[in-house]
Amino acid sequence: MSASVFNAHGVWAIYKFEMHRFKRTLWTGLAVPVITTSLYFVVFGSAIGSRMTEINGIPYGSFIVPGLMMLSLFTESIFNASFGIHMPRFTGTIYEILSAPLSALETVLGYVGAAATKSMTVALVILLTANLFVDVHVEHPFLMLLFLILIAATFCLFGFIVGIWAKGFEQLQVIPLLVVTPLTFLGGSFYSIEMLPEPWRTITLFNPIVYLINGFRWTFFGTSDVPVLWSLLATSAFFLICLAVVFWIFRTGYRLKS
Amino acid sequence: MTPAPVLSIRGLTKTYASGLQALKSVDLDIGRGEIFALLGPNGAGKTTLISIVCGLVTPSTGEIQAAGHDIVRDYRRARSKIGLVPQELYTDAFERVIDTVTFSRGVFGRSRNPAYVEKVLRDLSLWDKRNEKIKELSGGMKRRVMIAKALSHEPEILFLDEPTAGVDVELRRDMWNLVRQLRESGVTIILTTHYIEEAEEMADRVGVIRKGELILVEEKTKLMQKLGKKQLTLNLSDPMTAIPAELAEWKLAIQADGNELLYTFDATAERTGIPSLLRRMSDLGIGFKDLHTRESSLEDIFVDLVTERNAA
Repeated sequence: MSASVFNAHGVWAIYKFEMHRFKRTLWTGLAVPVITTSLYFVVFGSAIGSRMTEINGIPYGSFIVPGLMMLSLFTESIFNASFGIHMPRFTGTIYEILSAPLSALETVLGYVGAAATKSMTVALVILLTANLFVDVHVEHPFLMLLFLILIAATFCLFGFIVGIWAKGFEQLQVIPLLVVTPLTFLGGSFYSIEMLPEPWRTITLFNPIVYLINGFRWTFFGTSDVPVLWSLLATSAFFLICLAVVFWIFRTGYRLKS
Repeated sequence: MTPAPVLSIRGLTKTYASGLQALKSVDLDIGRGEIFALLGPNGAGKTTLISIVCGLVTPSTGEIQAAGHDIVRDYRRARSKIGLVPQELYTDAFERVIDTVTFSRGVFGRSRNPAYVEKVLRDLSLWDKRNEKIKELSGGMKRRVMIAKALSHEPEILFLDEPTAGVDVELRRDMWNLVRQLRESGVTIILTTHYIEEAEEMADRVGVIRKGELILVEEKTKLMQKLGKKQLTLNLSDPMTAIPAELAEWKLAIQADGNELLYTFDATAERTGIPSLLRRMSDLGIGFKDLHTRESSLEDIFVDLVTERNAA
């Protein structure tokens, strides 16, 4: 396609640049999720899981796999995408992206595409590692991938926004640590919300992460705390909101152009 | 000869959110293949002007055409014709030289062309360093990498923002040669500088910007003729404490503790007034040991321009 309509070379250049950055830290990038997953299985699976037997007819060890994947997918997506766009802002190399014949869509495709590729890889590595400890059966593999892609893209867009909003590296950590991780832990990553007493059960339904985790878990086991359609709608809504914010950023030049 | 403009700026203004008015209605045409030097003190608006053309800063009002394309409505075509070398050394420290230049070509929408990238790197004496990480390079080499990145997509217009700020003499000479070579290959070059020597050495035309206004745009040679002054310095045999009334009409100045007389005259005037001054001095018995004349440089002209307007 001609560069005057769609700058495919530009998208590919950014994507490759970002993937190259990940490759430099490939071994630590993959060793961390493998070790963390193993630790979760030792602590939650063996120590606690031996007393918990089953949730909704699913062995506890298998039950936490989708939650573990989501927890990493959220944090990896936000971290990779926010760092990817914050770094050029910090070093000043962003001048080149801003002066290039790239539209907002192309810039986002490059950065968010690469960040999503990495976070999905990590999630799949966790799935493979989990398979060493417990039996994981995915009932709807295509829908699982669809949820994985949609959620990775959404959180990478969210990370991209954080990376543009943040005024320094410490601010990059604030949202993932203070908002996303608590919501994920409280969102039923490691338990069914059915196990919570009222009023906590109702309050939890206002946590958007509940819908993401339950939708994803449904693709594994066919059971969920909330209707799967709600999960899909919540995920799509969050995706569209992030997309709208990113386009607003490019239209106004918020923290990019003076 | 007026070449067709490759860059046309009309009614360009910029007021930042802070209220600072960085540009006050700038109009400027740059001809294809010329070297244009934008001179001005720090904070005059040089970088703002360049940043707007390159898409880094949003203009408040005004229109800009680059290589025949509107920089806002047809930004893809316009930007693909423009290369920018910013003043600061913004580099990806961990990238290899060849990768960063290939990356630049890609983001500007061009397909891979290893032969062209090799040529750019060779022209800039970077080929031997192509596999080195940028963080391992010296400041001068990093500056060359910035230029290679800006040239990677074969631009028609190249902006060099303070290209030789903090650069050693050798690299400065190399840079000047490179700019001339680029011009020969048809690239239009717009450089900002506050080294007047640089403009004097290279530019075809000079624009002087002060407090956001383009106060003058002129061909360099004409400017130097028009505003250039010549000065005659006379080394006196005997020091003088005051200028005699008989010499008042030449508006002389005393310098070097009364040992020198300075006469400033218009180089282009038919009568310079030198023979009559010398005759009058001889009549008065004022002797001199030596004399020399010098033409004012672009620097003198520039300083005059900026200070005169400051005073006004």
